[in-house]
Amino acid sequence: MPSLVVAREILREASRRKLLFALVALTLVVIALTVWGFSRIADLRTGGQPLPPVQQTAITSQLLILVMFMFSQAVMLSSAFVAAPAISAEVESGISLALLARPIARAEYVLGKWLGLVALLAGYGIGAGVVELLAVRAVTGYAPPHPIEFLAFVLGEGAVIITLALALSTRLAGIVGGVVAVIASGIAWIGGIVEGVGTAFANDTITHVGTATKLILPTDGLWRGAVWSLEPAAVIAGFANAGPAAAGNPFFAATPPPSAYLVWSVAWIAGVLALAVWSFRAREV
Amino acid sequence: MSGSLAIETRDLAKRYGSVVALAGLTMSVRVGQVYGFLGPNGAGKTTAVKLLLGLATRTSGTGAVLGEPLGSRGARRRIGYLPELFRYQPWLGAREVLALHCELAGVERARWEREIGDVLATVGLADRATSRVGTYSKGMQQRLGLGVALIGRPALVLLDEPTSALDPVGRHDVREIIRGLRQLGTTVFLNSHLLTEVEQVCDSVAIIDRGRVVAEGTLDELLRANAVRLRIAGLTREGRAALARYGELDGGDGELLVRGIDPERVPELVADAVRAGARVYSVEPQHESLEERFLRLLGQ
Repeated sequence: MPSLVVAREILREASRRKLLFALVALTLVVIALTVWGFSRIADLRTGGQPLPPVQQTAITSQLLILVMFMFSQAVMLSSAFVAAPAISAEVESGISLALLARPIARAEYVLGKWLGLVALLAGYGIGAGVVELLAVRAVTGYAPPHPIEFLAFVLGEGAVIITLALALSTRLAGIVGGVVAVIASGIAWIGGIVEGVGTAFANDTITHVGTATKLILPTDGLWRGAVWSLEPAAVIAGFANAGPAAAGNPFFAATPPPSAYLVWSVAWIAGVLALAVWSFRAREV
Repeated sequence: MSGSLAIETRDLAKRYGSVVALAGLTMSVRVGQVYGFLGPNGAGKTTAVKLLLGLATRTSGTGAVLGEPLGSRGARRRIGYLPELFRYQPWLGAREVLALHCELAGVERARWEREIGDVLATVGLADRATSRVGTYSKGMQQRLGLGVALIGRPALVLLDEPTSALDPVGRHDVREIIRGLRQLGTTVFLNSHLLTEVEQVCDSVAIIDRGRVVAEGTLDELLRANAVRLRIAGLTREGRAALARYGELDGGDGELLVRGIDPERVPELVADAVRAGARVYSVEPQHESLEERFLRLLGQ
């Protein structure tokens, strides 16, 4: 299968060019620092007394959401900047000439790149995410309620950005595609806040603008799913007391994304991947 | 399309907007030939190769490679290609690059080791087989590219400027490799602007200029004498004028050069000169070098 050969080469390049080493080394540093921070929560005092367990759990869960937001941003930025030159750099350098002269269809080449990038994302995302969650559990005793769903949502965000950046890579230089993908994900995040503000103030127009951005690029919608996965029931109940205003908080989600939105996200990835294939088929190298 | 043809194109054209890269390329390359594709920079040589491989799409015209449509998977399965812009994964070793191409070319895994070993020896990289390509000189990378083109014993090898980065020893090696391919019955399409290189190894040549073939044929056909130099005495002005119907005249009494004459008409020319009262001491056919022919064609 030529696609699997192309995918394997993505992993081999990441390994040989020390991308994996850099990601793992930096992630371990971040995990060590954050775990140290989590371990200090037990030492917090109020009025000379340790915090009650409920409050400690609430602080841990909120801190974990912030740390995991940083993790998801690192995943998205890495995804954008690794995927954006995946095709364009080979076309610009001439490496693709010898490869595409072989009996390999353009669709197989693009699909292979996507598979390799997603495998890289999955390996890193699952590895780093699991280590962070286990380390937090070890020092605080706290485990988020839906860890598997959390990883799935974060990987979904990464897959969306990989697909977008790869599609851009069929036509644009790597640096351009990377910047466009990162800015687009930023706009989607702001769109999610806009939707929350619209909901909080019962303004349909603003809400629809936010909803539209979540559909155009489903990263923020999936991020809300990741947030929900990390929230204990007590935190959801506490925020629920704040009424509609809680919807404006980008680090809170009262419910997971509806199934229809997850189906849309999968369809979005499939559609943009098909667009990437179509675009690269027409590309002359 | 004939089964005895490795490449056949008819009016193959490629335009980029208003820029014409190839304007109706018609050519035939027989199976087993070493075919030289000559032309100045920007003539459309690389565009033609990319069209043959399907790396670029034609604007109009038709063509077939190894009996299959241009760019088809079936054709690419039997083609080896060294691009003009040769670049290979710098994070891999030469052996790994060749293994990757064995895999993509569909070479049986059991044959890889021998295939790769043979190719490395052929292109002179056996002692650097495990070094990263990123550490290679440009010439070594071009040797590797040639090796990649030889993987899988292709029926047709497309070489786009295969010696552009090589020293004289490397160029000699490439000529030997091409001769070896010819002995194996492999068709070689050699895209080059290095005339001596083409002259030394090619059976047939096409000269392309501004996207069109301006001459095509075997080297003998292209370079055969089409001019004669006469050592002549007593040639009058009227006599000289009478000889103008044989071709373009240069000189006169003493030494006369007649260009563009059909070799079959030389005895007739001499007879007419004698009839006009001149004495002819010698008749020397003038052979053109490929370079002279090339420059004359491009100057037209």
